[in-house]
Amino acid sequence: MGIIKIKNLIHDYVRRDEEGNVEGKSRAINQVNLEVEKGEFIAILGHNGSGKSTLAKHLNVILMPTEGSVWVDGKDTSEDKNLWEIRQSAGMVFQNPDNQIIGTVVEEDVGFGPENMGVPTDEIWQRVDRALRSVNMIAYRHHSPNKLSGGQKQRVAIAGVVAMRPQCIVLDEPTAMLDPVGRKEVIETVRELNETEQVTVILITHYMEEVIHADRIFVMDQGRIVLQGKPKEVFAQVELLKRYRLDVPQVTELAYELKLAGIEIPDGVLTTEELVEALRCWKNSRRADVKQ
Amino acid sequence: MAIRVENVNYIYGQGTAYEIYALRNINLTIQDGEFIGLIGHTGSGKSTLTQHLNGLLRATSGTIYYQDQNIYQENFSMKELRGKVGLVFQYPEYQLFETDVFSDVCFGPKNLGLSKEEVEKRACEALNSVGLDSSFYRLSPFELSGGQKRRVAIAGVLAMEPEVLILDEPTAGLDPKGRDEILDEIDRLHKERHLTILLVSHSMEDVARYVDRIIVMNKGNVQFDHTPKEVFRHYRELEKIGLAAPQVTYIMNELKQNGFAVDTEVTTVEKARDSILQALKI
Amino acid sequence: MIRDITIGQYYPADSVVHRLDPRVKLMGTIVFLISLFLFDGFVGYIVATLFLGGAIWLSKVPLKFMLKGLKAVFMLLAISVLFNLFLTDGVVVVQIWKIKITREGIRLAVFMAIRLVYLILGSSLMTLTTTPNNLTDGMEKALAPLRRFRVPVHEISMMMSIALRFIPILLEETDKIMKAQQARGADFESGNLIQRAKSMVPILVPLFLSAFRRANDLAMAMEARCYRGGEGRTKMKPLQYQKRDYITYGIYIGYLLAVVGVNLIV
Repeated sequence: MGIIKIKNLIHDYVRRDEEGNVEGKSRAINQVNLEVEKGEFIAILGHNGSGKSTLAKHLNVILMPTEGSVWVDGKDTSEDKNLWEIRQSAGMVFQNPDNQIIGTVVEEDVGFGPENMGVPTDEIWQRVDRALRSVNMIAYRHHSPNKLSGGQKQRVAIAGVVAMRPQCIVLDEPTAMLDPVGRKEVIETVRELNETEQVTVILITHYMEEVIHADRIFVMDQGRIVLQGKPKEVFAQVELLKRYRLDVPQVTELAYELKLAGIEIPDGVLTTEELVEALRCWKNSRRADVKQ
Repeated sequence: MAIRVENVNYIYGQGTAYEIYALRNINLTIQDGEFIGLIGHTGSGKSTLTQHLNGLLRATSGTIYYQDQNIYQENFSMKELRGKVGLVFQYPEYQLFETDVFSDVCFGPKNLGLSKEEVEKRACEALNSVGLDSSFYRLSPFELSGGQKRRVAIAGVLAMEPEVLILDEPTAGLDPKGRDEILDEIDRLHKERHLTILLVSHSMEDVARYVDRIIVMNKGNVQFDHTPKEVFRHYRELEKIGLAAPQVTYIMNELKQNGFAVDTEVTTVEKARDSILQALKI
Repeated sequence: MIRDITIGQYYPADSVVHRLDPRVKLMGTIVFLISLFLFDGFVGYIVATLFLGGAIWLSKVPLKFMLKGLKAVFMLLAISVLFNLFLTDGVVVVQIWKIKITREGIRLAVFMAIRLVYLILGSSLMTLTTTPNNLTDGMEKALAPLRRFRVPVHEISMMMSIALRFIPILLEETDKIMKAQQARGADFESGNLIQRAKSMVPILVPLFLSAFRRANDLAMAMEARCYRGGEGRTKMKPLQYQKRDYITYGIYIGYLLAVVGVNLIV
């Protein structure tokens, strides 16, 4: 079994009136199946309200399944005894950088997780040191989080999770409140952790540029997974993505438009280089045609 | 001429060890009816500048003129100015407070001292022009989706019937479709109501499609102030200050260097497609 | 204005005072505050000034930075000084119409001003040189015996440290909300008391909602990082008395003796 396995997951949000009677239900997740292998970089895309954040919260046992099951590292999230082990093996980074930093000094915040886990003092220091290095924030260890930029705060939050030595990190829209520079910082940090430390990454976002390097992409809409595959496969579905209130990078859209206009270009172009290369090939082959 | 900014400096914490120049010698003119994108990354001074334009912050030195009137003159009414230069802040959560959408939108015009009928008439019109019909009037602003909240916030300022509308990052946190919807709405306001619009953003791609002029700010200075085409020509310099031109600018420049006779000055995907097709079909 | 409040802020520096055990600093602050109310003469204030001045000098916190913190409480200070100045009976020095200033009044006013200023400087020196986490750690450990009486010592100190972290954030947010409402023509300055109180509603509603949202988010983030109360927690920076801490306790005793001595002699 992979590091994460989700089987027939259903989650209903139940609205209750003042006396506690059920007033209404809304289904946030509807029959989701998903498996993630160790070391993968997974992206979950979807518009606001598509259920992607609700899904993320199941991986850290902040929410429990209404129906179906979730296993993290082989442990069923619905069993109470697994709770703390799961939270340790699936670390979570949230959207708002201010609302997840507990410490008033960077290094103390990073130490918060290990402290809760009962790690001995010496080891906490080693872990904090390493975690801050891995997100390139070691120079800021004595700073107050309030004085950092949004991207730096998110990197501290990531370090706080890394220090818990998790098997996988779930990032729930970590860049939604950041500017382009901060977004880039965070995504690069996450990619580096995935590549050098082999941490499994589950990135939830609606920024398409951030996921072109993912191993696999899942697109959610109305609580279901409606599209999945490698970035190239998913980004080839330009019309479909737009219908799910999403977007593609400009280069992908341009390639798609050119293809509609009759130029032969492979599906799911993700970078400028690919597009230029494709156009050059097409031009050369046409020149060859003309000569013949 | 709607707004003229002359030699404006703004210093935070003047006289302390933490003195920061947030604005350095800014000179700008905004004409009536313009649609301008104000771009810069966090801390570039763009929000500070917008707060000067409606008198929320007072320049350390320099002058700002609204319709040729010095806003720092003694008898100039700041309250009136705030009705004329509407400013919508980034997070609608900062301003929504009433129990229902309609009363919240009434707050602005009520502060202008208008009659009850006039206030309600304006609130209806404002909600109408951001695409929220009467079924929304009695909802609590806190039950709405992110995009809807943002509309209510914009309506709350529109209801004061400003001549200039400044929007600080109106698309932050919205999904791609929500972003396009809001931007289209703003574009419609510009066209139909002939509002002067200043759109603050850190995304060139978002504004390139709509605006006639882009002002780029960096470290409290105005770095570029020109048409989008002209600004994107400096894409290498933009990168140096942590910004980027739209991806199409890069694609077109790359193609040109590879011997394609394309127009490097296009700013949207549609124009880029047309230009490439033209270059290819000899 | 809002940015001027220095109480609860931490001033990063590398000094002896910063390195002291927070329990020592807590005790020092208490000793100092008590001493302020024991003194009754100028000599006593000289001793207190030396003690406070020495501590500030050792802390490497610029005096200017500390004095800035006084701005926020200036009104309070002015009111208490004026009350003492005009409402104390005694030998009249100046009299204009019905308002009279007495010698005792001046004396009391000056002492009150010094006491208040020293009180604020003394307690802000503690917060400026101690990270809030460290401070609450110190309180937690100092108050640990109370756990036997079912006082939730860990929870209280955790709440305090979170409050300290979020005060600057919420102050900044208040500033933004005020501006957003001012942009819609809100007026917080004019009108009578009731109108002014009413004009606070557009600020307070968004502020409270935001605070609740933050509290909710934070609770979730803490749980996600395996927080489950004080049981079984280890410390990254456990408190252990060093030699300098014992020496400082010694200084306190010396200081207290000096205080008592001054009071006996003068």
